[in-house]
Amino acid sequence: MGSLEQTVHSTGHHGPASGITRWLYTTNHKDIGTLYLIFSLTMFFIGGCMALTIRAELFQPGLQLVRPEFFNQMTTSHGLIMVFGAVMPAFVGLANWLIPMMIGAPDMALPRMNNWSFWILPFAFFMMLSTLLMEGGGPNFGWTFYAPLSTTYAPPSVTFFIFAVHMMGISSIMGAINVIATILNMRTPGMKLMDMPLFVWTWLITAFLLIAVMPVLAGVVTMMLMDIHFGTSFFDAAGGGDPVLFQHVFWFFGHPEVYIMILPAFGVVSEIIPTFARKRLFGYTSMVYATASIAILSFIVWAHHMFAVGMPLAGELFFMYTTMLIAVPTGVKVFNWVATMFRGSMTFETPMLFALAFVVLFTIGGFSGLMLAIAPADFQYHDTYFVVAHFHYVLVPGSVFAIMAAAYFWLPKWTGHMYNESMGKLHFWLSFIGVNVTFFPMHFLGLAGMPRRIPDYALQFADFNMVATFGAFLFGFSQLLFVYNVISCIRSGKQATDKVWEGSHGLEWTLPSPPPYHSFTEPPVFKHPYKENG
Amino acid sequence: MNQLQQRNRSLLMKLLAGTVLMFGFGFLLVPLYDVFCNITGLNGKLQNTGALTRDYAIDGQREVRVQFLAVNNESMPWRLRPEQAEISVHPGEMMQTAFRALNPTSRDMVAQAIPSVAPSEAAPYLHKVNCFCFEQQPLGAGDERAMQLVFMVDDQLPKYITTITLSYTLFDITPESSPVSGIAVEPARSVL
Repeated sequence: MGSLEQTVHSTGHHGPASGITRWLYTTNHKDIGTLYLIFSLTMFFIGGCMALTIRAELFQPGLQLVRPEFFNQMTTSHGLIMVFGAVMPAFVGLANWLIPMMIGAPDMALPRMNNWSFWILPFAFFMMLSTLLMEGGGPNFGWTFYAPLSTTYAPPSVTFFIFAVHMMGISSIMGAINVIATILNMRTPGMKLMDMPLFVWTWLITAFLLIAVMPVLAGVVTMMLMDIHFGTSFFDAAGGGDPVLFQHVFWFFGHPEVYIMILPAFGVVSEIIPTFARKRLFGYTSMVYATASIAILSFIVWAHHMFAVGMPLAGELFFMYTTMLIAVPTGVKVFNWVATMFRGSMTFETPMLFALAFVVLFTIGGFSGLMLAIAPADFQYHDTYFVVAHFHYVLVPGSVFAIMAAAYFWLPKWTGHMYNESMGKLHFWLSFIGVNVTFFPMHFLGLAGMPRRIPDYALQFADFNMVATFGAFLFGFSQLLFVYNVISCIRSGKQATDKVWEGSHGLEWTLPSPPPYHSFTEPPVFKHPYKENG
Repeated sequence: MNQLQQRNRSLLMKLLAGTVLMFGFGFLLVPLYDVFCNITGLNGKLQNTGALTRDYAIDGQREVRVQFLAVNNESMPWRLRPEQAEISVHPGEMMQTAFRALNPTSRDMVAQAIPSVAPSEAAPYLHKVNCFCFEQQPLGAGDERAMQLVFMVDDQLPKYITTITLSYTLFDITPESSPVSGIAVEPARSVL
């Protein structure tokens, strides 16, 4: 428990240890943040290769490249890796890097637990990926792993999958506890909760969501484990259980989980837009309350994922109306971002471009979500490519674009060098075009009735699938530009100033670029970034 | 710094307690789900099983059609079909019928039937006094047996319900079940 004090003392004067042990034993929030971000980028490319396998198979009707069994493993692993391996660790990495710098703390509150929560992850994903090489193959039941597909009919490797999920859950919970302890206990004197930057606020709320629902995920996979190996019948109708129960418990976790993946993105965008509009954020208080409302509402909407299981009318109506209610706080947020830009002196650097694309494309994803929320219409859309289009619009140009925006925005602060702006803009435009060419045609495919998670399809879907595959390869390969840009920014580049951006605000910009190994050994003087002009 | 550690530690304990609590809540959802289904009668699950708790008046003016269905879960080789596909009953009247089960395989098997009532609004009004679905049903290789069902439709059944469908799904729960080894009896191809 004395580790924070000890690490500050032992590394405060002579910096980090050298060699591999620096990364293995590190308790420094910047090192761990970097590890998380590198891990996330690696997983993004592994999951991306799986996505391109899927899209290549769907380039033409008929079976060309992979067997249907392997196709199922690809769709499942792609989903699991992108959700648990790419998006969630990326946001934890950003939290590690930024939260101490934003609230004026020297480090995270529980640095050893921080190390532990990161180093569990590579093992969890190594175990999950290794199942692809096992007899019977890896998980093939969809990322939602509905019973009995994931119990009675699962491949033998499902036990490894279950333990991998347990480990990811433990890692996320520890990360969340650390974030909450840091935010609640380590703020610089004078910074009240309602003075915190929005990225910190959204992460505080996300951390509470994680603590509330990751244990439920652990519970549901434990029930699966017991059904498979210990003869219980949680999800087995023959023993008095119910497969529909699985869906209820899973989505009780699953719906807050989608907000875990988007709320920190809201925070990132709320930092970037005011900077490049050179205005303070419009409606700070309403942003905080809207985020909290979304988080609370996320607990009572879960069955909108299961309109087709045979719910009574009252249930369908309840979940339909509560789901639509979420559009209200989300609308408040979109309004505030637009109002922040209104009459601002905007410039369009790469982070701003990604943030603007986020606002537009996430809103499109939100609208298709509203369409899916209409229970009677959902019977048509359920399990079609329309659903695929919807959640990829909120996750790729939503969460992933926000992560990209954050990387470009804070990269000069982290590395001390400016990235290559024209290459960043090229990366943005190729990604923007690629994402829309990939996912927009999927709306039409879904409305025309193409089911998701299939390796082959009827001939009338051929043209749009071909377009989507072109877009996917464009998007996938343009991410290599990002990798190149990040690496060259770490190695060399124009020296960045402390403030980096003309309109930057907040405590992290008062530190030198790159910041010292321990951010604030003395609590900084806090000047409110939103309530005064600054 | 020490005071900060104290605060971090107590917050850590609270949050860990919250984690354990939510893990427990995940399991609590299982009985909550059953309770919710029982209260609302959703899911077509039966609640009124066993001996009747009060006397019911037979409503001779009213007739309700009760239909019987039997389906096998995947890989279950038995033949199960109702002796009567449909009966007309007066509410409050005790009725008896049977399902005939045949085990066509060359090994002894155990089955469990899981009932479901449609429409689900009728589920609270169907009393099962005795049913083969209450117990596991063993059947020797090639054996055939009538399995009894005694039921009554409640006199409080809402007026708008005129037909009740009672369906059974038959599951193979033979211990250490192995693939079906062979067929002992060719099942009769009777038409329902």
